[in-house]
Amino acid sequence: MRDWPLWEVFVRSRRGLSHVHVGSLHAPDAELALRNARDVYTRRQEGVSLWVVPSAEIVASEPGQSDAFFDPAADKIYRHPTFYDIPEGVEHL
Amino acid sequence: MTTPPSSSPPPLRSSGEQLVGDPDRHVAGLFEYVLGLADDALVSAQRTGWWISRAPQLEEDVALANIGLDQLGQARALLAHAGAVEGAGRTEDDLAYLRDEREFRNVWLVERQQRDFGVAMARLLVLSAWQAELYAALARSTDPALAAVAGKAVKEVAYHLDHAGHWVLRLGDGTEESHRRMQAAVDAEWPYVEELFTPVDPTLVASGVAVDPAALRPAVLHAVGSVVRRATLTVPEVAPARGGGRQGLHTEELGYLLAEMQHLHRSHPGATW
Repeated sequence: MRDWPLWEVFVRSRRGLSHVHVGSLHAPDAELALRNARDVYTRRQEGVSLWVVPSAEIVASEPGQSDAFFDPAADKIYRHPTFYDIPEGVEHL
Repeated sequence: MTTPPSSSPPPLRSSGEQLVGDPDRHVAGLFEYVLGLADDALVSAQRTGWWISRAPQLEEDVALANIGLDQLGQARALLAHAGAVEGAGRTEDDLAYLRDEREFRNVWLVERQQRDFGVAMARLLVLSAWQAELYAALARSTDPALAAVAGKAVKEVAYHLDHAGHWVLRLGDGTEESHRRMQAAVDAEWPYVEELFTPVDPTLVASGVAVDPAALRPAVLHAVGSVVRRATLTVPEVAPARGGGRQGLHTEELGYLLAEMQHLHRSHPGATW
């Protein structure tokens, strides 16, 4: 049982909201992972829907690469819609 | 067990007439019936709680804690109802903590130790399959309190049945070792299945208050048997245990369970936190 794989758990707290990552757990297979997620993460009515994903299947960005990945966006304020003034007389924008 | 004092002397009647329409007898029968269901849930909750910190994984600790707490919730509601039916002022705590072994009405299935995970899952499979059928039928009871408790509990035990079923399937159809141990667990629990179908007061069944246990038998055996067979296990052919829990006759193991469960309340009456 020590070699049970790790699963990442996502909970949708109510209809209309996205599933949000809440944590991880161990389980021998997908069906029991879902049940363990129900028991560990929704016992206080936290959710109406659950996803479990094998942790090994998640491809994550490297912390060491965060400079190259994320910093270049820092000075591109023109990528935000608020950068632009709305010309007068434009409707439906 | 006490019956409420009656204000007028009982009318003369034959023993045959006492079988129907006697309010005192109805109260006593209903009290016993509700107490049986309550004690099944209470004692099972106590045994299930033993697994907390001892299950194969932290996740299973939490799962079994949830299941035990569901059962405890059912027990509390049923004990409170039993106390109200009896009409002698006994609360759920009085009934849980201040009755002795011979006053408990649970079946033998739930009272014995379960220190093997396979045994715990085999027992939960049997108990929850039975409770699933029982509560589904009781949700239509003419006793509104029983119907309400059953209507809530039926969803809870559906999950217990699912949980136990998944484990029995995995262990039975797992490794050679897990298969051997799961079969041994099913063999160990099977003698205690039959007691679940002990007849109850026929007047309670006739009035639509209680469910005839015999009527549940085919569905329960089918539900358990189909999981056992899918798990590549064999339904054992064993003689039923003597039983007698519904009359207050128990194995010696119940005494130890009650000593642990009741100790605090009896040592410190009225203790709360």
